[in-house]
Amino acid sequence: MTTLDRNLTDELLAKVKRKGATAADVVAVEGDSASVQVRLGAVDKLSKAQEKRLGLRVYFGNRSAGASTSDFTPAALDDLVDTTCALARAVVEDPHSGLPDVTVMAKHSPDLDLYDGQALPMDRMIELATRAEQAALAVDPRLSNSEGADFNTSDGRTVFANSHGFYGEFASSSFSTAVSPIAVQDGLMQRDYWYAVGRKFAALESPEAVGKEAGRRTVRRLGARKVSTCRVPVVFDPEMARSFLSNLCSAVNGYAIYKGASYLIGRLGERIAPDSVTIHDDGRLPGGLGSKPFDGEGLATRKNVIVERGVLKTYLLDTYAARKLNLASTGNASRSVGEAPSAGATNFYLAPGTISPEEIVRSVKRGLYVTELIGFGINMVTGDYSRGAVGFWIENGELAYPVEEITIAGNLKDMWMHVEAIGNDLVFRGRIASPTVKIAEMTVGGE
Amino acid sequence: MADDRQSETFYLERFGVTDREVLAAMGRVKVRDVDYADLYFEHTVAESISMEESLVKRASKSISQGAGVRATSGEKTGYAYSDEITLKQLEQAAETARYIARSPAGAGPVPAIRGSRPARNLYPVALPATEVATREKVELLQKIDVLGRAYDPRIKNVMAAFSTEYKIVLIADSDGKLVGDVQPLSRLQVTCIAEEDGQRQMGTHGGGGRGAFSFFLEEGRWERYTREAARQAILNLKAVDAPAGPMTVVLGAGWPGILLHEAIGHGLEADFNRKKTSAFSGRIGRMVASELCTIVDDGTLEFRRGSLNVDDEGTPTGRTTLIEKGVLRGYITDKLNARLMGIPLTGNGRRESFQCIPMPRMTNTFMLPGESAPEDIIRSVRRGLYAVSFGGGQVDITNGKFVFSASEAYLIEDGRVTTPVKGATLIGSGPDVLKKVSMVGNDMKLDEGIGTCGKDGQSVPVGVGLPTIKVDEITVGGTQV
Repeated sequence: MTTLDRNLTDELLAKVKRKGATAADVVAVEGDSASVQVRLGAVDKLSKAQEKRLGLRVYFGNRSAGASTSDFTPAALDDLVDTTCALARAVVEDPHSGLPDVTVMAKHSPDLDLYDGQALPMDRMIELATRAEQAALAVDPRLSNSEGADFNTSDGRTVFANSHGFYGEFASSSFSTAVSPIAVQDGLMQRDYWYAVGRKFAALESPEAVGKEAGRRTVRRLGARKVSTCRVPVVFDPEMARSFLSNLCSAVNGYAIYKGASYLIGRLGERIAPDSVTIHDDGRLPGGLGSKPFDGEGLATRKNVIVERGVLKTYLLDTYAARKLNLASTGNASRSVGEAPSAGATNFYLAPGTISPEEIVRSVKRGLYVTELIGFGINMVTGDYSRGAVGFWIENGELAYPVEEITIAGNLKDMWMHVEAIGNDLVFRGRIASPTVKIAEMTVGGE
Repeated sequence: MADDRQSETFYLERFGVTDREVLAAMGRVKVRDVDYADLYFEHTVAESISMEESLVKRASKSISQGAGVRATSGEKTGYAYSDEITLKQLEQAAETARYIARSPAGAGPVPAIRGSRPARNLYPVALPATEVATREKVELLQKIDVLGRAYDPRIKNVMAAFSTEYKIVLIADSDGKLVGDVQPLSRLQVTCIAEEDGQRQMGTHGGGGRGAFSFFLEEGRWERYTREAARQAILNLKAVDAPAGPMTVVLGAGWPGILLHEAIGHGLEADFNRKKTSAFSGRIGRMVASELCTIVDDGTLEFRRGSLNVDDEGTPTGRTTLIEKGVLRGYITDKLNARLMGIPLTGNGRRESFQCIPMPRMTNTFMLPGESAPEDIIRSVRRGLYAVSFGGGQVDITNGKFVFSASEAYLIEDGRVTTPVKGATLIGSGPDVLKKVSMVGNDMKLDEGIGTCGKDGQSVPVGVGLPTIKVDEITVGGTQV
């Protein structure tokens, strides 16, 4: 079997050079994954996989194209070279295309503590999922059904090389627990979920803690009602604040900017939020879910300040988007095998404030606390925002009762300018993370 | 072409396996306590080409293949897959899949394999789009750019993407059935950005299906997609803030059928109903919609994006009546859930790829036409919203609440369509919303073929359709109180 190593990438790069390509890069991944799902105490699904994939990108001057395959036999790799070269000849010249400058390639590849190396047997995974679901259902007798509890593991290796002579590789792993119980009352049902995810098994929250939180989040939704249409302050819990922050993350993506598909074009150096808002993207966060030693083009990752005290400092850029905008790459090239590089976040987060989430809720006389958002009602070009929401009505600083079948609407520009409070409760549960956020006012659509 | 359905030998050779090897792997997985097992082989070639700023500068191609082995025992499913198709890998996957049955080691007896060809070919294509020269696709995208920019000087950027795949699948099940299918799929999407007085707006349109590349060149299709995207971008420059709160909504024909997909379709997938986690659980035979509503899921429409000759478990697709004159009639099923619930198998067992376990999924879901003229429906509304184009939607099947987001909508004032309004999310409750349908148009239309449905992390292509309908009340999520 072909192994993913420098010999393989060297050989491919030499082959495309012989075909007349002026530059090229290769990205390859291989990994194992396993998942179990337990429902109402019994195993529902088990799944196991082995995968590998290799992508090649070639340049003939300013023409480029990419192709990928999961077949690593010599014949298939020869086909891949031919296919990619033919495709690259079919597209037009693009003066901004090409590898990064040879001088900016990463010099070394630090160990960011992304790999565990622990393989869990299936029976152990079943036990963990079972415990998580049990803990959830034990929270309240009304939690009488379940969509199940999952435990997933994966580990893999990423290899990247280019014709500048760069070669890098790193291993990473992930473990996750998720539980989705169902609460039933008066013939009506509510569902919610909770989860934990991390790169190290030992650091993962206990199944009991995840289950208990899933149960608490679900049972509190029982008896939800609508509210009247109104304009009120809106508080996003950390999960929904994360969703709100991910909208900003899309808007500062260099590709959206140069295409004119973002409401933040031309705003570099300007105020887009109050002083309290500082946002970082940190590719070197130890053990981070978005961390990597080098980006999808072989540039060193780093910690970028995206928004500093309310002022937009930089976009997220790879080499191509940077050239289009006359800027320099921020080390944010993201690469999925077989696709052209694009810009993407690593660990993108809103810096925490100093007050507790409870104090934020207490500051609201009458408003909405949002725990779930559904739908895709966001126009990135204008910033117009309209989504379905679930949460709690706040009355005199207290969560009074659960609400559902309502919408919240506004414009992302205004929403960020009117961030009124930021909590001290930042926890990383993904590549994007945020503490609780309060927006001064939005339109709630209901009865 | 006498018969473009391929023989099982074609498929076995494609995957480099023999029927003996298939039997050997099946013997390993279909052991005692395994009720059912199957092997799924897949080979997919995909190509995508995109254009922006008048340059066709991105092209990529991918080839993937692999096989998955599944065993079910009672409610349990074991699954394993690999991107290497060898007897050793298949046997290893079989060992993993059967783990759920906890049977002792050894091979079980399995029936001999019988080849079974799909009864029809809904999407015969002589030259798949993946085989058409890249040059022709590049030229098409360049023409789209010219047409989009010529539509109006306020159009400042045109983006277009053509993507196509050619999927070959082979399914062997433990009843001895061996069935293959060749599934082409293409899509062309155009996005225009308009700018005026510092205001910018976007419009998107597209289409596709399981036909040849020439589909996009016929009947003015690519021209229509382009003009529609440009028109929508320009129109939205003038759009005013959308209202907030409950109001009468008229949905246009075609793509607004996404309402059915979200409001009731997902809720009628058998897995949720077997687990009693759907807001529709236990409601068969009850009124869940006004009697004007008859809704079907039909995977047998020629060349449609949501159609399949056989589903991903090898079952021929069919036409299932979900709601008949307002009464809930049936669920859509895969093999596992049909068996466990003792209800008919509808041919809706689908999966995204060999990396995924099949689940009950929709194909093409639409409402049959009614008797009202669309103009009369509009005329009957004093104050309301007329929504004709939508972005995505989503549903929480447990409480039944769903949303879908309008991308082109107008106010209706005194029976006339007036001002365009900005996009807004519409929110409702699945088991209630169709009870409020008070008029159904005679203009049923299927969508253009761009829908992708996500469930449990798996994406599959789907279609929707709708005549113009009037919903007496639904909450509109605008900003204007």
